[in-house]
Amino acid sequence: MTMPLVELRDLGQTRDVRDILKGVNLRIDRGEVFAMIGPTGAGKTTLLRIIDLLDNPSQGVLLYNGTDVASSDKFRLETRRRMAFVLQKPVVFNTSVYDNVAYGLKWRGIDKTQVREKVDEMLDITGLAEYKGRNAHTLSGGEMQRVAIARAVATDPELLLLDEPTANLDPVSAAKIEDILANIIKKNAITVIMATHDMAQGQRLADRIAVLVNGEIVQIGRSNDIFFNPTNREVAEFVGMENIINGVVVSNEGEMTTIDVNGTVIEAVTDYSPGDEVSVCIRPEDVTVALARLSSSARNSLAGTITWTVSSGPLCRVEIDCRFPLVALVTKRSAEEMGLVKGTQVYATFKVVSIHVIRRR
Amino acid sequence: MTQLWDGFLKALELIYTFDPEVVQIAARSLSIGLTSIVIGSAICIPLAGLIHFNQFWGKRFLVSLIQTFYSIPTVVIGLFVFVMLSNAGPVGGLGILYTPAAIVVGQVILITPILLGLIISAFRGVDKTILDTARSMGASGWQMALLVIKEARFGVMAAVIMGFGRAISEVGISLMVGGNIRGVTRVITTAISLEAGRGDIELALALGMILIFLALVVNIIMNRIQQK
Repeated sequence: MTMPLVELRDLGQTRDVRDILKGVNLRIDRGEVFAMIGPTGAGKTTLLRIIDLLDNPSQGVLLYNGTDVASSDKFRLETRRRMAFVLQKPVVFNTSVYDNVAYGLKWRGIDKTQVREKVDEMLDITGLAEYKGRNAHTLSGGEMQRVAIARAVATDPELLLLDEPTANLDPVSAAKIEDILANIIKKNAITVIMATHDMAQGQRLADRIAVLVNGEIVQIGRSNDIFFNPTNREVAEFVGMENIINGVVVSNEGEMTTIDVNGTVIEAVTDYSPGDEVSVCIRPEDVTVALARLSSSARNSLAGTITWTVSSGPLCRVEIDCRFPLVALVTKRSAEEMGLVKGTQVYATFKVVSIHVIRRR
Repeated sequence: MTQLWDGFLKALELIYTFDPEVVQIAARSLSIGLTSIVIGSAICIPLAGLIHFNQFWGKRFLVSLIQTFYSIPTVVIGLFVFVMLSNAGPVGGLGILYTPAAIVVGQVILITPILLGLIISAFRGVDKTILDTARSMGASGWQMALLVIKEARFGVMAAVIMGFGRAISEVGISLMVGGNIRGVTRVITTAISLEAGRGDIELALALGMILIFLALVVNIIMNRIQQK
């Protein structure tokens, strides 16, 4: 087995008697792009700060390249100089864009011509060349974030840490930043650990994802695994499985499982046994709404009454009461065509394979 | 009112004719004031950094104390320095009483609290995230300190300008430890008090205006430096 670039063993952080991180174990390999997702306050920033050696963990060990970095301040500085960290709040130094990007190189005692070459290259990559001489404080939020990225990557780090690189940015700037990051990752074969609360961003950029909730890693795996096979309720909610309904397994014949939910029977493919208490997770976009019962391969078709509808962009969110509340997502156009309003009698249909079932704890 | 006008004309005349005695006095005021501010800054910028970046017991009290000393009367410092430097005093052996050096000593003591207090405030104004960013970029302790001074440069410069103003305009210290000796320790402020006492109000006013003019020139130069 190759040595991981970063290894965390039973890492914990406590601040004012509150546990911000608990028993975090993590191995990140060289060249890997690793994302931590989770709600605000889950401990993502705290973990990144510990990895960047800005803070000390109150418990556990951090190995960088197999070496415990807790030893001396000098060693910590040397190790820190092999990484770069783009903080969540982009701050720039009160000087020109060029000098901002040059700082890290100057601090490492690199000679002037090399600094100039590297800075110009970084400004090109991040599309900031025309702002070179401007004071960085006069830039917009997205441009400042680009300065922060250029500044971080200029030092050719082995490990790049990104804390919510596109939070608080408009969609256009965010997309641009993501493009720049994707390019840098591809070109430099750099190891990246990023924090994000945007599942889709994690999927687009990362090879592997860890879901962090309340300071604990609740699930870790390939991004598709997390997206389609969440192992518990928090993760399911986080990846957009809006309908999470409790039920009990009634029978299981060759993986075709029937689950009783409030007297309604739902069929799914699982390996749970009769009597297991489970939660049935269904994405709203997987629920089809029709006025008559559909004769399709979908085995679950439930009659119900619409309790509310609300528009969100080109889509319409419909909540149907079929002995339990079920949210469906239909296009606004079809909602209008079918005349879906509060009180309309409808059939909600979803395929067996679109149901994900997790064990209740 | 005629006295003010006459004083103004006299000032123009003294500047225009380069009155040798006035030029000498003004140059002395300026060099003593600048020496004080250079020494004061050299002491206070690092010291303010030490106070700001270290956590220690009684820090808040110390800062309050420093701020209290903003308003210490110049004559009190003059008296203190006089006692220290007089023949019977603990450092009387230096023999610098009634020399420009003695005035510089007093002025440095005078401006230290202002410089310290205002520079600490300037450092406080630097965003904490700036420090984290610098640290994450691999800055050593020294590199961080230099960066913070650079980030706080407007505030630091404001403190220096303030300190210089206080130094060049004081009269109590110059009078008590300088002695207003003609050709040796006579500066603009002591000359004003002397001329006003002798009844030459116009000359006193003219000197006052020259002092303000000097301060203006110095501030313009400092502002230029700051904008870089």
